[in-house]
Amino acid sequence: MKQIYLDNQSNTKIDEKVLKAMMPYLTENYGNPQSIYSLGSISKDALEEARSGVAALIGANSQEIIFTSCATESNNLAIKGIAHAYADKGKHIIVSAIEHFSILNSVKRLEKEGFSVTYLPADAKGVVAEEELQKALRPDTILVSIQHANPEVGTIQNIQKLAALTKKGSEAVFHTDAVCTCGAIAVNVEDLGVDTLTLSASVMYGPKGAAALYLKKGVKIAPQIDGGVQENSKRAGTENIPAIAGFGEACKIAKAELLANAERMKFLRDKLIFELPKSIEHIYLNGVPQGKNRLPGNVNFSIEFVEGEALFLLLDAKGIMAASGSACANKNLKISHVLSAMNVDVAVGQGSILFTLSKYTTEQEIDYVLETFPGIVRRLREMSPLYAHFLKTGQRMKAGPGTDYEHDHCNITEESEE
Amino acid sequence: MPFYSEKVMDHFANPRNVGEIKDADGVGEVGNPVCGDMMTFYIKVKDNVLDDVKFKTFGCGAAIAVSSMVAEMAKGKTLDEALAITNADVANELGGLPPNKMHCSNLGADALHKAVENYKSKMGISKNI
Repeated sequence: MKQIYLDNQSNTKIDEKVLKAMMPYLTENYGNPQSIYSLGSISKDALEEARSGVAALIGANSQEIIFTSCATESNNLAIKGIAHAYADKGKHIIVSAIEHFSILNSVKRLEKEGFSVTYLPADAKGVVAEEELQKALRPDTILVSIQHANPEVGTIQNIQKLAALTKKGSEAVFHTDAVCTCGAIAVNVEDLGVDTLTLSASVMYGPKGAAALYLKKGVKIAPQIDGGVQENSKRAGTENIPAIAGFGEACKIAKAELLANAERMKFLRDKLIFELPKSIEHIYLNGVPQGKNRLPGNVNFSIEFVEGEALFLLLDAKGIMAASGSACANKNLKISHVLSAMNVDVAVGQGSILFTLSKYTTEQEIDYVLETFPGIVRRLREMSPLYAHFLKTGQRMKAGPGTDYEHDHCNITEESEE
Repeated sequence: MPFYSEKVMDHFANPRNVGEIKDADGVGEVGNPVCGDMMTFYIKVKDNVLDDVKFKTFGCGAAIAVSSMVAEMAKGKTLDEALAITNADVANELGGLPPNKMHCSNLGADALHKAVENYKSKMGISKNI
């Protein structure tokens, strides 16, 4: 059976060139980079070469890159490390409500330690407004964290403006989780004006086990792992050289291919965004309409009268791997916190389906989704009591708490031409 | 190990007894206040036996598989036998459900019981016979 992988926001396929760059460090070059004999220096060289590769992708200096094991660790280090380092200046932190759980649960822990946190709302399209940040900034704000783009709905925030606003109104450190954008669109830390930034290898065709935190020169951070002198004493532990070497290579490849990949992916993304509503009624795009403020590979629809887990299970049976933000698809049985923060109606959000494309996605694969998906929706609607009720009465039934059909959905058929 | 058992996947991908019974003798509808799932069961009764059972379900893979299994289990049973079907019976028949999906099995048996109660009250049969 065909295998069409459209869950690239959760992980990407490794680039063969990346694997090749990693192999020597999984085999003959096993030295510890902290050792000064020859085998150690080979690893040390690989570490530093990777560091400059990562730095070059985001316009940073090599000395400003701290390697970590994953984006969750980078975000934990940024949030807790900055809060702890600047606690004497204030105890107020601002984050958006649609951050990744590694940010949200880090600030939750800080709340228990006595920090106070303001959660910025997102609008119906997933945009965090500058006015909201302006209102939240206080003299004792020490940290603001707003993600560069949301993995689920694909909305890209105007970080440049949000960071500038933060700098104008406070002395707070500005962190951005740029996992979704690094390797997908051009990211430059100077242009963005951020102090710290998280990026990860595993969603840019690199291996799992390597990520980084950009820490602007002069910004203080309290290490979250105590141990030796690795990573300039900011992140202890023997370096994962094979993964880091792969990460460096992935960054080099991304820098060279990024624009061409993004153009191709946008074309395929928009094909799905434009074509699906032609064959499926009552379908709403989540996030901003297609264009430059949407991640090149992100397609997220809510499909009324059906449930997302059932959708992706039937897609999987046809060889298509996708994701959903529905309550049933979440282990905690709650609609995704992102759709919830965007006030997406619960019944409609139940039908969310997320396709995330990669540089390997082909037009043939997208055509196969376009052929296959409407039939799956039809099949589930045929057994849906909500749909039967709607066909009979023209009315929508309430389904679960938070039903609100008046919600401002992004109707793609009206906003299709940009 | 796959998330769902083979039996769950079979009932989900090939659900039995989907549909409505236009002149149903009893209808039971339940909604899940947690996740928003919704099930409607329709029954046709002949000589105190469930002659036909059909359902419509809005929900996840487990909710659809549970509905299909409940309908299959209930068909041919007496009213009292149908009322005796428990959530645990349904989950067992499906070869188990993931822990966070057990609530879906509650929904299925509840909807069936509601349809039987609906029939009984229409016929003026006391709940306590």
